[in-house]
Amino acid sequence: MSQTERYLLTRANIEGAHQLAVAEKHGAYEALRKVLKEGIPYSTVIDEVKKSGLRGRGGAGFSTGMKWTFMPDPAKDPRPRYLAVNADESEPGTCKDRVIMQRDPHGFVEGVLLAAYAIRAQAAYIYVRGEYRLPHDRVKAAIEEARAKNLVGKNILGSDFSCEVYMHRGGGAYICGEETGLMESLEGKRGHPRPKPPFPAMFGLWGQPTTVNNVETVFNVPFIMNRGSAWFASLGTANSKGNFLCGISGHVNKPGVYEFSFGITAKEILEQHAGGMWKGRGLKAWFPGGSSCSLLKGADIDVVLDHDSLRTRGSSLGTAAMIMIDDHTSMARVMEIISRFYDHESCGQCSQCREGTQWLSQIFRRIAHGKGKADDVATLEALAKGMAPGKTICALSDAAAIPTLSAVRLFKDELIECVTRQADPLAVPQPHYAVAGGHH
Amino acid sequence: MALEANLVAEFDQLAKNYPEKRAIMMLALHRLQDVRGWLSPEALEDLAAYLGMEPVEVFGVASFYPMYRLRPCGQHVVSICHNISCDLRGAQDIVAAVCEATGAPLHGTSPDGKFTVTTVECAGACANAPMFDLDGVYHEDLTPEKAKQIVRSVK
Ligand SMILES: Cc1cc2nc3c(=O)[nH]c(=O)nc-3n(C[C@H](O)[C@H](O)[C@H](O)COP(=O)(O)O)c2cc1C
Ligand code: SF4
Ligand code: FES
Repeated sequence: MSQTERYLLTRANIEGAHQLAVAEKHGAYEALRKVLKEGIPYSTVIDEVKKSGLRGRGGAGFSTGMKWTFMPDPAKDPRPRYLAVNADESEPGTCKDRVIMQRDPHGFVEGVLLAAYAIRAQAAYIYVRGEYRLPHDRVKAAIEEARAKNLVGKNILGSDFSCEVYMHRGGGAYICGEETGLMESLEGKRGHPRPKPPFPAMFGLWGQPTTVNNVETVFNVPFIMNRGSAWFASLGTANSKGNFLCGISGHVNKPGVYEFSFGITAKEILEQHAGGMWKGRGLKAWFPGGSSCSLLKGADIDVVLDHDSLRTRGSSLGTAAMIMIDDHTSMARVMEIISRFYDHESCGQCSQCREGTQWLSQIFRRIAHGKGKADDVATLEALAKGMAPGKTICALSDAAAIPTLSAVRLFKDELIECVTRQADPLAVPQPHYAVAGGHH
Repeated sequence: MALEANLVAEFDQLAKNYPEKRAIMMLALHRLQDVRGWLSPEALEDLAAYLGMEPVEVFGVASFYPMYRLRPCGQHVVSICHNISCDLRGAQDIVAAVCEATGAPLHGTSPDGKFTVTTVECAGACANAPMFDLDGVYHEDLTPEKAKQIVRSVK
C-alpha cells in the first residue's frame, strides 16, 4: 500500500476532541501559539504555505499561498479585509468538511485564524450550509471556548494580532458555494454570483479585500506551520501535495470519508479501503471528484488520484468525492438526477445556464423515461457545448455541461438505445407514492 | 405584529458582527422561521421593518433559498435527499417509506398536520446514504424499515 502518513483526522478520531481541553491535549493551537509567540511575520506564513504546495480543497485546486499574495499590501491599502471560509459543501458526493467541523472544530478554528493572520484579516466569516446544524453548533461552541482563552478576539495570546471569527448560515442553495455567490449571500442578498473582475482580493465582502478558502484548505495550514513546508511537500505527488479527504459513496461496501496522500490509486481506495463494489458487481462508471467533473469508465480505476493524473484521463480531481456506479445502473437515470440538480440550482442570471440546465434536465428525463426524441443525444451535446467553457458569470454552467459531455462521449450507445427502444433497458421499477398536486 | 422582543435583542447583538445591518438577513430568517414555524408574509414584513427595508426585498431574498418555508407546514418536516449518492442506494424507497409511515404525500402535509415530507438536493452526507433530515437532525444509513421506525417514534 502506498499510504505513508496520516495527520488530518488523527485528532478528529479522538473521543471528545471537539472540546478545547481534549483538543489542546492533542496539539490544537500549537501552530498558532508558535506563530504568535515567535513573532513569525505574516509574509513568512504565506511563503511557507506557498512552498508547501498546498492547493485549495474546494474544487478548483488553486495554489493557496499564491491566492493569499493577491491580497493588497496592507501598508498601501489600509481598508478592512476579510477571510470568508467556504463551508457550504454542496457538491454532490462531497461530505468531508462536515467531518472536520463536527469532529475537530478547534483544529479548524486554528486554521481559520492562521489563514486570517496570513492575509491580515481582522474578521473571518464562516459560511456553513444551513442544513449543517451540528457542524455549525460545534464550530460555534469551539469559537466561544477559544475566545474565553484569548485564542479568538482582541490581541490573541497577548500579540498584536486581533481577529474575530463569526458563524454564518446558508439557506440550502448550492450556488452560494461559488465564492462570489457566497459573498452576496453573506451580505444578506440572493446568492447571485458577481461578474469577475473585480476579483475578491480587491473587491470582496462589502467591497473590501477578501479571500475565500475552503474548510479543508485552511485546516491544513496549522500542520504546515507546525511541521514545515518541506514535510508537507514530501507527501503526495509532483503537483499535488499533502493528504486529502476522500469521500467515497455510491455502490461500495464501505462508503466513508478517508484520508490519503495524493498518489494513491483509485483502485486501492476502492478495494483496500471501501471494501470493493457491493453485491459483487462490476464498476460501470464513476465520478472522481463530485458530480461537476467528467465521468470515467470502470477501466479508469487504475488512475492515480492527483490533479495531473486525472486531467490526463479527461476528468479532474474536483472535491475528491468518488461516486461509484455499478454495472446494473442506467446512465440515463444517473444523468437525469445530475442534470435535475443543476437545473434546480442555476441562479438564472445567464441565459445559457438558465435555459441550458433546464433543457438538459428535460432531455435526460425523457430519455430515462422512454420518451426520448430521435435527435436528443445530439441535442444534449450541442446544448452542453453552448454552455461552456467560460461563457457565463460563474462556473455552474460548466459544471452542468462537463458531466453531460462525458456521459454522451462514454455512454452514447446506451443513451441512443433508450431513445430507439423508447424504453430504458436498465430502468428499475420505482416505488409508488402520492405527490402533492397530483403529478409525479 | 412586530418582531418578538427577544428576537430584536438577539438581532441587535448579531448586527454588531457585520459592517451592514442587512448582513444578518440569513441568520434572522432562520431564527424567525424557528420561532414562528414558517415565514408568513407578516413575518417577512416584521423583519423588513426591523431592517429598514422594503418587504419585497426581504421576500426576494427569502424566496431564493429552499430552506426558507414561505408556506405553512406540518409540525415536523422530513427532508429526504434524492441526489445521486442517495439515489444509488435507494432514496426513492425511503421517500415511499416515509410517505407511507406519515400519511403525507411528497411535497405535502399529512392530514393530521403532523408531518410535511419533501425532497432536497445533496445534503452533504453522501457517504452515509440514504439519509433524511428530520427537524434539523440528520438520520443516515437508512433502510425503509429504519426510516419508518424513526418517523413513527416522533411524538
Ligand atoms: C457552482 C459552484 C459551487 C461551489 N461550491 C463550493 C463549495 O460548496 N465549497 C467550496 O469550498 N468551494 C465551492 N466552490 C469553489 C469556490 O468558488 C472557491 O473556488 C473555493 O471556495 C476556494 O477555496 P479554496 O481555494 O480553498 O479551494 C464552488 C464553485 C462553483 C462554481
Ligand atoms: S452560470 Fe448559472 S449559476 Fe452561474 S451566475 Fe450564470 S446563471 Fe447563475
Ligand atoms: S447525495 Fe444524498 S447526501 Fe449527498
